[in-house]
Amino acid sequence: MNFFLQLFINGISIGFLYGLSAMGFVMIFKSSSVLNFAHGELLALGAFFFLAMVTWVKLPVVLAFLATLAACFILGFIIERFFLRPLIGEPLIYVIMLTVGLASMFKGFMLLFWGGNLQTYPDFLPAFLGIEWHVINIPPVYTAALIIGIMFLILFGLFFKYSSQGIFMRSVADNQKAALSLGVHVQRVFALSWAIAALVAGMSGIVLGIINGINVHDLSAIGLKVFPVVILGGLDSIGGAIIGGLIIGLLETFTGGYISPSLSDVVPYVILVIILMVKPYGLFGLEEIERV
Amino acid sequence: MTDTTILEINNISVVYSDVIQVLKGVSLVVKKKSITSLIGSNGAGKTTTLKAISGLLKPENGRVTDGTISYDGAAIQNHAPEVITRKGIIQVLEGRQPFKYLTVEENLIVGTAIRWRQPYKKDLEMVYNYFPAIVRRRKMLAGYCSGGELQMIVMGRALMAHPALLLLDEPSLGLAPMVVREIFEIIKKINAEQETSIVLVEQNANMALQISDYGYVMENGKIVMEGAARNLVENPDIKEFYLGMGASGVLKSYDDVKSYRRRKRWL
Repeated sequence: MNFFLQLFINGISIGFLYGLSAMGFVMIFKSSSVLNFAHGELLALGAFFFLAMVTWVKLPVVLAFLATLAACFILGFIIERFFLRPLIGEPLIYVIMLTVGLASMFKGFMLLFWGGNLQTYPDFLPAFLGIEWHVINIPPVYTAALIIGIMFLILFGLFFKYSSQGIFMRSVADNQKAALSLGVHVQRVFALSWAIAALVAGMSGIVLGIINGINVHDLSAIGLKVFPVVILGGLDSIGGAIIGGLIIGLLETFTGGYISPSLSDVVPYVILVIILMVKPYGLFGLEEIERV
Repeated sequence: MTDTTILEINNISVVYSDVIQVLKGVSLVVKKKSITSLIGSNGAGKTTTLKAISGLLKPENGRVTDGTISYDGAAIQNHAPEVITRKGIIQVLEGRQPFKYLTVEENLIVGTAIRWRQPYKKDLEMVYNYFPAIVRRRKMLAGYCSGGELQMIVMGRALMAHPALLLLDEPSLGLAPMVVREIFEIIKKINAEQETSIVLVEQNANMALQISDYGYVMENGKIVMEGAARNLVENPDIKEFYLGMGASGVLKSYDDVKSYRRRKRWL
């Protein structure tokens, strides 16, 4: 039972991170129908930037965290402005191939600067974040992941529900032509989705880096995990991305714990296939509201 | 151009994808605070004319290749919709295109996009005053509203932007006659109270001409006839071809169908 609880909590924390980074992915897809294959690299970039801020610039951790988020946000803007905007009006497949190219480019940069070895952050999380209660022992990093995850979720929830800019972003995702006819700055919305997506990806990158160590290949591979997550949750559902993330996170830790760690990467995909056979739109994918 | 004119289209041609010519020299004038209707059969180029004004040709790969569109004295042809909407021209698209997964109120809020960050509480009230039927749907997803309600939502959404020139594309499409009447009453009221100039594209020529000041008839990408709305209603050709009445003014019945058809002499 203890083991179960332990795994459960680990799964939830990791799942939240998967869900959040998938949320960034879904946002780009919803607003501009672009599948971003460079998502994993954005995640890794965030982790490495934070490493640079902490070890080279020696910023205090909180500042380094905020600086990383800001840098990722700006990076997202830059990607949209210089790589995607010139392709507006071209077939979608070109844009998607471009993100594949971006992925290789970013990976190359990171290998150039940081090499392919496993690096770790200095231990900075305060011990009081770790929870020991009866037999349950949650390491500080999982608590931190959980807190940061929930915080971001609430922030974005409020942003999309109540702020005008959030409503404009949803309107573009919903009906681009109608949004255009009302004067919504569609390109600004695209840029903002990329910026927010890069920010969340960077944030998840940092936390995953704390948990598993920082390595270009591992982190960008985790980026690929957004695919089962978003397909499970429904490609166009932000809430679904979070729940998809939680499911994949739990499946992974449970398989790792009860069956075999080497299977933990495979089983989520198997379950994914089964769920998709039953619900091809994903668990929360929007079925068209169809009125006759 | 006199100062009572808000929009003047001068001999424009519109080409899609560089090859398909849809408008072949259309000219029209919209007076300030007036309702101008544009009638004609399917494919005559009415919607394209509206899109040329609002800048929405661009995403469809269309372009004004010739002629000028001047609004308030400045040329606006081929400008981006973000720019044109901010000058005060808002188009209500054909076939009611709500944001299905946004609530009714959120749909209205998108209408404030051109003046982001400014308060809009009063405007919401104004829209709910014009369209009391949608008040109780405020928190509902727009995708679940009825056709009439949707038409009110998309018109209300456009009103939130305080347009000086409102382009309405087929507001009566697929609505029950009672609802059509209601919508047209409201259009008239908006025109009178908000002093909005309105360009109305309609298949329902009878309804459109009844509330309009001036009318244009389009055929094959050209304007073939124009005049004060009340004169157009009396015109025998208009009666025959667009109002569904014989030249005599009586409703035609299938009993007197003739094997030949009156020619449109002005083509």
